[in-house]
Amino acid sequence: MTSLLSLTGIAKTFDNGVKALGPVDLEVQQHEFLSLVGPSGCGKSTALRVIAGLLAPSAGKVEFPGGNPETAFVFQESTLMPWASALDNARLPLDLKGVARAEADMRAGRALERVGLGGFEKSFPRELSGGMKMRVSIARAVAAEPKLLLMDEPFAALDELTRQSLNDDLLKLWREDKLTVIFVTHSVYESTYLSSRVVVMGPRPGRIAADMALAAPENRDAHYRLSPEFTTQAAKVSAALRNAMVEHA
Amino acid sequence: MSAALKYAVPVALGIAVLALWEFLVRHYDVPVYVLPAPSAIWAALVENFASLMQSLWTTLSVTLEAFALALIGGVAIAVLFSQSRAIERALYPYAVILQVTPVVAITPLILIWVGFDHINLVLVIVAFIVAFFPILSNTTLGLKSTDHNLIDLFRLYGASRRQILMRLQFPTALPNLLGAMKISGGLALIGAVVAEFVAGSGAATGLAWRIVEAGHNLEIAKMFAALALLAALGIAIFSILSLLEWALLHRWHESAIKKTA
Repeated sequence: MTSLLSLTGIAKTFDNGVKALGPVDLEVQQHEFLSLVGPSGCGKSTALRVIAGLLAPSAGKVEFPGGNPETAFVFQESTLMPWASALDNARLPLDLKGVARAEADMRAGRALERVGLGGFEKSFPRELSGGMKMRVSIARAVAAEPKLLLMDEPFAALDELTRQSLNDDLLKLWREDKLTVIFVTHSVYESTYLSSRVVVMGPRPGRIAADMALAAPENRDAHYRLSPEFTTQAAKVSAALRNAMVEHA
Repeated sequence: MSAALKYAVPVALGIAVLALWEFLVRHYDVPVYVLPAPSAIWAALVENFASLMQSLWTTLSVTLEAFALALIGGVAIAVLFSQSRAIERALYPYAVILQVTPVVAITPLILIWVGFDHINLVLVIVAFIVAFFPILSNTTLGLKSTDHNLIDLFRLYGASRRQILMRLQFPTALPNLLGAMKISGGLALIGAVVAEFVAGSGAATGLAWRIVEAGHNLEIAKMFAALALLAALGIAIFSILSLLEWALLHRWHESAIKKTA
């Protein structure tokens, strides 16, 4: 395994004096599915934005040993342009990179098909359900063929069934495209189901309280959700999260 | 309510009111210099058709010129404001002062500066001042209401300021701009009429002057005819801008979504 991302002593203090994060050291390997779990306000989102380069850290270094990877970001809301069709939304990164229209249309169309939205190319966001909008958002993220996919509680606002189905689709994309995913979530179960590694963060200012590799079969599915293995792993994550809270108190 | 009924009801009401008006004027023998019957107004309209159309055209062209200037100027300065907070801080108070000072009070000054020989320019300037502010203020608001996450996403993909402005901020501001255009279109017409009243000398020959002139001569039916044309002009401007709004927004904007009860 080769390291894709390395954070050294990353800390963030906002202008208003709030210490949001750190210091944090974290090494992320290629093709890891890493979940950042922690209570609200522990700086998970801040960490994600620092990694994306959207926020400058107050201290520390963000390094990509193999060069800057193509990066995509998925927010908690689908964050679509309401005036643009699903296809136009999915094509956005390609448009901004100056990819020729015909090729961009083709790639965006394929991305929509991969998230199960073939046939909805011309639909506008207001015509789509919450889950479908999130699928467009994911299609937009994978359309530019990223190496690194950053996701900030993307499924938190969705109902349980939609969330599970999106979890499975996300895992499929992760496997097929050899993505490296950093996934911020509140949910112990979601992180356990998805991840190859879970990093638990304590309350503000967020620091890493636990870092655990999860042993899980490559092909996770509905059976895995009900298996004793899954329950054991989830209990481990849950205990680590509780510890992180207690240590701080 | 069915589409036919939606239009039939107000039209029927209008016809009923006109008929009642006609009947009352005839029945009580109201003198024509107090309240002319609709038929007399129609007759005045037909009789003075050429001069009224000439005036309508003058008022319309002043209104359109002022509106176009307000649109271009308002959007341009709003873009400037959205790009630089310092410029906005410096200029915004003066835009407000221009807006809150009653335009009737400034018109004589503009008249002196620009001169009676350029009376149409005076009218355009006054109408512009009235129509400008809603465009500026609403477009500025719209440009600033852009979803921060979308801006972040654009930045992540290396978008330039220009791309963010054209692809993200403009479409975001479009509903605000179109709403402001509906207000400003009407205001430009009001400005054009008010300015002509203040100028008042007969140098300008728009519909407002026809009203003043007819008033002096106690041609009340002609006054009403000019008034009806002004109202028709206002309605036409509003309708066209509403249509434009619908054409640009109906596919995606909340305001245009039909509620199915």
